[in-house]
Amino acid sequence: MIDILITNGRVIDPASGRDEIANVAISNGFVTKIGRAAPKAHQTIDASEMIVSPGLIDLHAHCREPGHEEEETIATAAASAVAGGFSTICAMPNTHPPQDDETSILYVLQRMARAGKARVLPAGCITKQREGKELAEMGMMLEAGAVAFTDDGTGVASTIVMQRALQYAKMIGVVLMQHCQDPDLFGGVMNSGAVAVRLGLPGIAASGEEIMLRRDLELVKRTGARYHAMHLSSAGSVEIIRQAKAEGLPVTAEAAPHHLLLTDAACMGYDPNYKMNPPLRSASDVEALRLGVADGTIDCLATDHAPHAQEEKEMEFALAPFGIVSLDCALGLYTKALIHSGLMDWPEMLARLTVNPAKIIAPTLGLLQKDAPADITIIDPKKRWTVNVNKFASKGRNCPYHGWKLKSKAVTTIVGGEVKFQL
Amino acid sequence: MTKKASSSSKETDSKPDNDKFVWTRKDLVGLDELSAEEIVHILDTAQSFQEVSTRSIKKVPALRGKVVALLFFEDSTRTRMSFELAASRLSADTVFLSGKGSSTSKGETTLDTVRNVEAMGVDAFVIRHSQSGAPHLLQDKVNVPIINAGDGQHEHPTQALLDIFTIRQKLGTLEGVRVAIVGDIAHSRVARSNILGLKKLGAEVVVVGPPTLVPSTITAMGCEVSNSLDDILDQVDVINMLRIQFERFASNLFPSVREYSSLFGMNSKRLAKCRKNVLIMHPGPINRGVELTSDVADGPNSCILQQVTNGLAVRMAVLYLVSRGRE
Repeated sequence: MIDILITNGRVIDPASGRDEIANVAISNGFVTKIGRAAPKAHQTIDASEMIVSPGLIDLHAHCREPGHEEEETIATAAASAVAGGFSTICAMPNTHPPQDDETSILYVLQRMARAGKARVLPAGCITKQREGKELAEMGMMLEAGAVAFTDDGTGVASTIVMQRALQYAKMIGVVLMQHCQDPDLFGGVMNSGAVAVRLGLPGIAASGEEIMLRRDLELVKRTGARYHAMHLSSAGSVEIIRQAKAEGLPVTAEAAPHHLLLTDAACMGYDPNYKMNPPLRSASDVEALRLGVADGTIDCLATDHAPHAQEEKEMEFALAPFGIVSLDCALGLYTKALIHSGLMDWPEMLARLTVNPAKIIAPTLGLLQKDAPADITIIDPKKRWTVNVNKFASKGRNCPYHGWKLKSKAVTTIVGGEVKFQL
Repeated sequence: MTKKASSSSKETDSKPDNDKFVWTRKDLVGLDELSAEEIVHILDTAQSFQEVSTRSIKKVPALRGKVVALLFFEDSTRTRMSFELAASRLSADTVFLSGKGSSTSKGETTLDTVRNVEAMGVDAFVIRHSQSGAPHLLQDKVNVPIINAGDGQHEHPTQALLDIFTIRQKLGTLEGVRVAIVGDIAHSRVARSNILGLKKLGAEVVVVGPPTLVPSTITAMGCEVSNSLDDILDQVDVINMLRIQFERFASNLFPSVREYSSLFGMNSKRLAKCRKNVLIMHPGPINRGVELTSDVADGPNSCILQQVTNGLAVRMAVLYLVSRGRE
């Protein structure tokens, strides 16, 4: 008798190209068989009319713990993840204190185990205290379980520090993930342009992202290290990555749902739920990012889930913190931006949510194959629902999608062979 | 004197009834959301109030028993005095809160501060704030009318209204009038409100300054951009010189005050190249010798002090309209 049998679903495994109606058998935390057979199981899940996908992976989530447990904890972030169909999230290290040593990485893993929901794989800092000055102990953090390194929230400004970090990352075989933003060109609170000028708010020009990205790619050329560009926001950045890939550089990139759906015009009412870093940009940037996702220039879809306390988001726009939450509803948002717009089909989109991010941080995940870990998301592609922030598993309510009508939702999330979420 | 007598007889009941327009807005947060008709209505109302300041007893009972709270989260002297006087001429009581020494410096949010003052029972808020959009934050969350007395780099509607009032007073119309606004456009709420209001009333606007202080995308607001003051001197009817903030020099947006003044300062040599009856305006306070030389500031083309006088009437009109608007 097997543990779980998922019957009659449209089984999509982007890694192998499988896309067929089949049953999926799970035992002892692993997929044991995919096919016509229907062995007896302790639990049977009827997935007729549903998509059965490898568990979704989010490369970019802020869990806020330790330091800001009033905004989110690893447990609530993990619960939000599985409610959104994510079996794995990568926890950003800009906590307080930051995840910049072995102990802090072990802490995240311990909290994840205690929460028992999604896999929460910690990213470590590139530099101590995220100050951009001294390299953090990446080797020891890697031993402890860190899966990537980033100073997210800021980019590594110093060229020599970044070069050394890349050399070091190359040696230990890890990926560096950069929040591309030249600090000299920062200081604003929204996209530079006509809307910012009209609102009297200081702007953040796309050039600040593109300049750091170009610099980093020069360093990648010299060091050969794996490099991942986080939350791209501009058409220029997409083109830079496209060229780098054409040159064969070991480069990957991600895009966040808000950059695929919203423009800076949304800031007109000074609502800080439209304040993010990098900022919402123009309609042509949104278009270029969507096309970048479609042609594979952008490998991964990542939420940049960033919870904040409500009182912080009820501030003057310039004083409110950057970021919004979206783990609970990201799948529906991606579907809206990429599938309903006609840019791609489900297997293509799921590749960007499963095998592609897995290759970057955890190559054993993101697969729906015999003997792979049983991380599985069952998606109802026809489910219509309305986003209600008050029902989020996340503690965050800072979300501009409240009231949006979406189509497609994760209905079951299985992690390591255990059902962690069921609608 | 006869003119004054006739208008005062019309105004004794202190209820201006120009045309049939009915003011319905709760707040005045910016000129962006006002229609041309609404702007003209404020100007006409201001005109009818102007006479009050010439009486020996400078008071009408229009807002008797009402309390206007002046919340100045950012420092100001003249805008504050102008609003205080305007309220007092309408017989309203005023309470004043300054950003420094108030609870905001103890970490209270703007929203909480304003809700607390509202709970004490006031009838209107006049709010000056260093953050763009602060009145928008409060607008939907308090029930009392809000008048924006300047928010960050966004809008300063009463300043623009008094500028426009002054131009209309001097030139009779705004239609087809060409106005230059010179200086730090990027950081100026006065510039933004002026552009919006002037365009709505049919004027043309050119903003002038170095590219570091004049964002090129401001053309989306319907104005032209010039980086040369000399080029536009003979093409405009009004030159509004903005105050240069010396901290902009510290942030390296222009090389020196001396150079700024040589490229973008108004002096008699430049004035000689202007149209004969050009109006020279300035929202104050003037940096004499920087934006304007003294001979220009005090000369026959200057209407800087009239702007200040008109400011009072405009603020009376705005206080009157928003406080009475929903009754």
